Amino acid sequence: MSSYNNTARFSEARRVAIFGGTHGNEMSGVTLVNLWMKNSAEIKRKGVEAVPFITNPKAVEKCTRYVDTDLNRAFTPENLSAPGGDDLPYEVQRAQEINRIFGPKGSPEAYDVIFDLHNTTSNMGCTLILESSKDHFNLQMMNYIKVGDLKMHVKAQPQGVLRSNIFEAMRVILKHALDFIELFNEGVEFPPCTVEVFRVLERIDYPRDANGNIIAMVHPNLQDCDWEPLNPGDPMFQTFDGKTIHYQGSGTVYPTFINEAAYYEKQQAFITTRRETLVASAIIKA
Amino acid sequence: MESVSFPPLSRVAICGGTHGNEMTGVYMVREMQKQKMDKTGSLSVSIILSNPRAVEACRRYIETDLNRCFTSDLLSSPVTDSTPYELKRAQELNAQVGPKGSEEAVDLLIDIHNTTSNMGLCFIFYSIDWVTLHILKYIQSKMTSVDIRAIQLDLPISEAYSLESVGKHGFAIEVGPQPNGVLRADIYNMVKEAVDHIFSWLQEFNSGSTFEGGEVEVYTLVKSVDYPRDAVTGEITAAIHCQLQDNDFKLLQRGDPIFLSFSGETVKYDDEELYPFFVNECAYYEKKIAFHLGRKIKLTFPSINLTG
Repeated sequence: MSSYNNTARFSEARRVAIFGGTHGNEMSGVTLVNLWMKNSAEIKRKGVEAVPFITNPKAVEKCTRYVDTDLNRAFTPENLSAPGGDDLPYEVQRAQEINRIFGPKGSPEAYDVIFDLHNTTSNMGCTLILESSKDHFNLQMMNYIKVGDLKMHVKAQPQGVLRSNIFEAMRVILKHALDFIELFNEGVEFPPCTVEVFRVLERIDYPRDANGNIIAMVHPNLQDCDWEPLNPGDPMFQTFDGKTIHYQGSGTVYPTFINEAAYYEKQQAFITTRRETLVASAIIKA
Repeated sequence: MESVSFPPLSRVAICGGTHGNEMTGVYMVREMQKQKMDKTGSLSVSIILSNPRAVEACRRYIETDLNRCFTSDLLSSPVTDSTPYELKRAQELNAQVGPKGSEEAVDLLIDIHNTTSNMGLCFIFYSIDWVTLHILKYIQSKMTSVDIRAIQLDLPISEAYSLESVGKHGFAIEVGPQPNGVLRADIYNMVKEAVDHIFSWLQEFNSGSTFEGGEVEVYTLVKSVDYPRDAVTGEITAAIHCQLQDNDFKLLQRGDPIFLSFSGETVKYDDEELYPFFVNECAYYEKKIAFHLGRKIKLTFPSINLTG
């Protein structure tokens, strides 16, 4: 990437991957990818090779999050270079395979864009999750998608369940994302824009006893209130006999991933975020 | 209707974790065990975690659905090396709180479940049992801000396959919507309140109170509808339509949309007017059920009191 007149230049995004079933019981991604593997008409764009791919087929078959270990935590440098072949946990083998096909991670051969489709039991609506706040291509794509589709009021989705409105919402998001890539590849310049994001601060666990069992639940006032301000003193947890435990932070935070089923074992009742406005520079094809 | 008398209902079993990922029952049982609620007034309460291995794994079941193992045939089938874990467990539970159909069985068995469907709080039972209907009416009168409904499965007790059929009287408390593996405080609080009321009712009954008869609305299961599937692969080709999703117990009429296929076609309902429930229950995809359909009927029941 090089800056020229404050416009960031990126090479064409020709190879795009769409992953579903990274967690085998998150049904929207599984269903969409299976659909597109059978009939890819919807994801065809001029100058773009869009590859739909089921990342964790064994977990999908069992309709379970993972078989040996969480695939979506498996892409560490240690795992990706670990010897051991068939003796490795299933998901580490898968991570190495995916890295071979769509990577290697960090190399020029890696795919240009990867979309990984997930569901949550939390009431988060449609959320785009980015690793880096400095990638202007990603920020511009997010901005394009948001303008195309306003705040979508969609409910949480239980594991193993396919909700039509969530499925269709995800489908529309991918459509806009691929449209963006096509326009970018054609040379369209996207002017500077601001993007509102929520930056992750910390993970808050459930109160637990000496044996590690949870001793309180997410408070009814906090349940389903993803992205709404949580102020010091607000109810946060409720014990089984009805007592309230209050949030003791130093300032207002925006909680999310509230009561995600898969996070009980990761010691996470919710995560806190703060609101930020990021500025994306103009971008154009190099 | 003439009043009916029963002997005391003093032995009660409260069960949770019959499906290991239905968290309300799991935590309710854990809490009751911690609070040592096994002796509550006149009641002797067995507090049971039905499927501990499935609870440990946070899965519905390990080898086979425990809550389909309680038919008389299955309970008396010989145990071999190839007997699934859950069938062995069912026979253990039958010995502990049954045996089903005998004098030794507990007076009342309540099994706590969750569903991903938007069903609110439901009582599910087999036979039309005066004790169950009285408890239902009592709970409805005490918890007026909650929609409490009843579902009847018309099967003779020997063919009844769920845990609650082991008690002399029994019903399941089914509450949703709650995803598998998730514990919602609002649902926990609601079920705790219902269980507290049930204990109050039992104490009152056992102390000699008469409960006036009345009428109650019940949904009786008629049939089930599967998802549209690919003829070759068996994979589902549509999702529950937005207009049916979350609309359990809203009358379904001819012409109402029920599925939206992935290719965009709407599938419409084309049968007699019935009430849907268990709409989009996660565990029922493998049982080939997109939703159940039932008829709404009114049941009249007599006054009951303790045998004098």
